[in-house]
Amino acid sequence: MSVDKDIVRRIARLARLALPEERAEPMVKELNGILAWVEQLKEVDVEGVAPLTSVVEQRLKMREDVVTDGGQADALMSNAPGGEDHFFVVPKVVE
Amino acid sequence: MTLPSDPASFTLADARRAVASKEISARELTASFIKAVEAARPLNAFVTETPERAMEMAAASDARLAKGEGRPLEGMPLAIKDLFCTKSVRTTAGSNILSNFVPPYESTVTQNLWNAGAVMLGKTNMDEFAMGSSTETSHFGPVISPWRAKNSNGKLVPGGSSGGSAAAVAANLCLAATGTDTGGSIRQPAAVTGTVGIKPTYGRCSRWGIVAYASSLDQAGPMARTVRDAAILLRAMASVDPKDSTSVDLPVPDYEAGLEAGVKGLRVGIPKEYRVDGAPPEIEAIWQKGADWLRAQGAEIVEVSLPHTEYALPAYYIVAPAEASSNLARYDGVRYGHRAKGVHDILDLYEQSRGEGFGPEVQRRILIGTYVLSSGYYDAYYARAQKIRTLILNDFVAAFRQCDVLLTPATPGPAFGIGEKTADPVSMYLNDVFTVTVNLAGLPGLSVPGGLSESGLPLGLQIIGKAFDEATVFRVGRAIELASNFTAKPEAWWRAP
Repeated sequence: MSVDKDIVRRIARLARLALPEERAEPMVKELNGILAWVEQLKEVDVEGVAPLTSVVEQRLKMREDVVTDGGQADALMSNAPGGEDHFFVVPKVVE
Repeated sequence: MTLPSDPASFTLADARRAVASKEISARELTASFIKAVEAARPLNAFVTETPERAMEMAAASDARLAKGEGRPLEGMPLAIKDLFCTKSVRTTAGSNILSNFVPPYESTVTQNLWNAGAVMLGKTNMDEFAMGSSTETSHFGPVISPWRAKNSNGKLVPGGSSGGSAAAVAANLCLAATGTDTGGSIRQPAAVTGTVGIKPTYGRCSRWGIVAYASSLDQAGPMARTVRDAAILLRAMASVDPKDSTSVDLPVPDYEAGLEAGVKGLRVGIPKEYRVDGAPPEIEAIWQKGADWLRAQGAEIVEVSLPHTEYALPAYYIVAPAEASSNLARYDGVRYGHRAKGVHDILDLYEQSRGEGFGPEVQRRILIGTYVLSSGYYDAYYARAQKIRTLILNDFVAAFRQCDVLLTPATPGPAFGIGEKTADPVSMYLNDVFTVTVNLAGLPGLSVPGGLSESGLPLGLQIIGKAFDEATVFRVGRAIELASNFTAKPEAWWRAP
């Protein structure tokens, strides 16, 4: 399988990644290089093989359903590029 | 026991003994490393140096030692890969998108190290989000290896993604360092810089507070100058952690205790599929030497088969980008990290912030990951790759019925030149061909120096163990270290004359 410019633009939009026009064509080539190389996985017979979901045999742990953290609004805001009081500020989303 | 005249060339074990017996203070030891770090800036091994914090921590260590309250790593200066969140110290993951990120919390692994008394010298440079095999994708510029080929001044890569940590350990800028390994990012740089690095079993170290790349593959581990030093450090890093549900609730053994037990009677498997076409003869030769050394010390060498080896790397390049595309969705320019200016709406804010914040390799992997997870392609790519992972794990399980550990080369060749492999992503990916299988199966893998190439550059051997059997892996690594007697060090060309 390979991608073209339209597919690359579509996945860039899905990934919320700006793709300048001059990067689109080189990106098609780079991605197709990688996709052609992973194509060899098709040779492998995976009939009846279960996908690996955990590399280590262990049951997911359960914990007490209690509050363990909170009251950290200042710390949460400390790296916000746009923030006022305890609110993240973004461009207007609703008219 | 005589110690080297320059404290910066101590091993961690030497330094621990010297500080505990008060032959040298933690402050004196730390000051000598701070000097070494400053003198080595041409290597670009550190993104952030923290000399003031280091001296404060060292002073606190000396105060504890004076009261007889020394802890296992009291006063030991370490370098930390810039993927571990460190409270109040900028943590970048080598990326523009996190270039101003100052975590208000500490990763579990680094907290364990500070609780054991260790001293932080700074944060080491790395491939952006740990995506790379040469430390050339860093937003902060490439790390230059302290090593140079015979009769050459050409700049070489230190491997990656933990290239800053590897360079710092090789150039004596710290006693040891932390790394992380998703497809080989501890073992491959350790191999090409003549240092020791182990990726422990998945779950051995907590991933909490480590910037995530591919969560089902990421593991933290130590990088050091000797096998003993790596064993000391891993014991301090490892823990079960309620904040990482995949961290495993098994006691952490004293890895040092059994280090000198030897390999007599151990069965060492040689996987025949690791003999790849076109591999340089010196790789085959060092591998043979490794097997001979172990046989001479009483191990039994057995040939084993890992039939799906060749599919590991392409499977990795589906699984890892898929998980990365999901993990990196959090960088949106809203809550933390880089935010684009002059945007007209929220979608534009996301797209421009991410477009400006991520470098080319990260963007490629996000797009590949998004594509293979997108509707209609999931079964053909991601589900198939996860099934192949099962086959790879089954290969290892079968091999370990015939042997206790596996011995392989660590890399397909010595360090290459800066810029030599950046044009073709796939040629760069192939550097991890011998290491990536271990991540897919979650097993422990150790890289230990085997000798020098014809060009005078380090080559490493890899020991792969059963899940949670790091102790045996270290023991075999120690046997190789004894036999190889690898004492070569790079010349300190980076120091001003």
